[in-house]
Amino acid sequence: MQLEYTLQIADNALILGHRLSEWCGHGPILEQDIAITNIALDLIGQARSLYQYAAEVEGKGRTEDDLAYLRIGTQFRNTLLVEQPKGNFGTTIVRQFLFDAFHFAFYQELCNSKDETLAAVAKKSLKEVTYHLRFSSEWVIRLGDGTAESHEKMQTALNDLWAYTGELFKASDADQWALENGIGVDLEVVKKFWEEKVSEILKMATLEQPADGWMQTGGKQGRHTEHLGYILAEMQYLQRAYPGQEW
Amino acid sequence: MVITKEHIWKILEEVPDPEIPVLSVLDLGIVRDVKFLDNEGIEVIITPTYSGCPAMDMIAVNIKSVLQEKGIHPVRVTSVLHPAWTTEWMTEEGRRKLKDYGIAPPVKGSFDKGALFASERTVECPQCNSSDTRMVSQFGSTPCKALYQCNSCKEPFDYFKCH
Repeated sequence: MQLEYTLQIADNALILGHRLSEWCGHGPILEQDIAITNIALDLIGQARSLYQYAAEVEGKGRTEDDLAYLRIGTQFRNTLLVEQPKGNFGTTIVRQFLFDAFHFAFYQELCNSKDETLAAVAKKSLKEVTYHLRFSSEWVIRLGDGTAESHEKMQTALNDLWAYTGELFKASDADQWALENGIGVDLEVVKKFWEEKVSEILKMATLEQPADGWMQTGGKQGRHTEHLGYILAEMQYLQRAYPGQEW
Repeated sequence: MVITKEHIWKILEEVPDPEIPVLSVLDLGIVRDVKFLDNEGIEVIITPTYSGCPAMDMIAVNIKSVLQEKGIHPVRVTSVLHPAWTTEWMTEEGRRKLKDYGIAPPVKGSFDKGALFASERTVECPQCNSSDTRMVSQFGSTPCKALYQCNSCKEPFDYFKCH
């Protein structure tokens, strides 16, 4: 269960980091291209620390690279939100904001974990995620309260992605186990922060918060949208085609 | 000659940060401890600056090679996450070197997460010392820097942001 829990956190960071790296060289302006890839770098760095720890917890000789590059889709434990396609810049910003608000509150709680390594990763990552949340919040406001076209694109992205937000707070068996053992976080506490933050920012952005309807779940159990397969095909290509290659 | 910890620390002053070569690893405050191991080797304990900092692997390699050049081996470099590095650990000397190099050092009193939306701290232009500056982007050429511009002398500059 500890492995499962660590992988849930790591997979979110890796998959979103990879998704953001798709903007490298394609950002709308240079500063935003650099910002998004900086955030990608932070997330992939966090994933590395967590995979190293997961490999240690498992104790079967697998490495961080094995965990990132040699697992198949159903073995990934990330939430569905982070694997959604980058879409236009607005979609990426909305996806980022919805996740950042969760990520920030999640790490804030994880700092109190009885697991020293997870607490240390959380303390380090929290500082990074603070900058992420600030960045995505500012852009949600700027684009939501921008032109008629940017507003419409943001509202559409928000409506499309909303169904993936419920899963962030739905405890998996691993979440439940971690909470009961003082290792994990209380997702209800995280949810409270998230709801306040999201409603505050959407209001400033003149965007309409979608009603909570059907929520899509399954990522934490390995049931993913078809998008994950394409991500892995690209991300794992090199290790699959040339096993064991190193820099 | 008997090698003491002081020698090792002295040597570490010569190991530069790969991204900002005017700073040594000691100026940055990333070396947490130096230990003599039972089997005659030494262990240098460092802490990463940023999770995704690509310079960390390079720093470990540089520490090893500089010490080995001085005849000190084997050297093991261990990375510890806790306590998390903060820009508060940067030395005064380091802050001065950064400014001379054209990068504004982190504003003291550093990181507080309550500042999610707080107004920007005043960052002084490293060229003309004006405090009339503006942030262009929170994310700059490396994960540790933000991009600023001075409204007085118009020069763009990097700011080493607080962590």
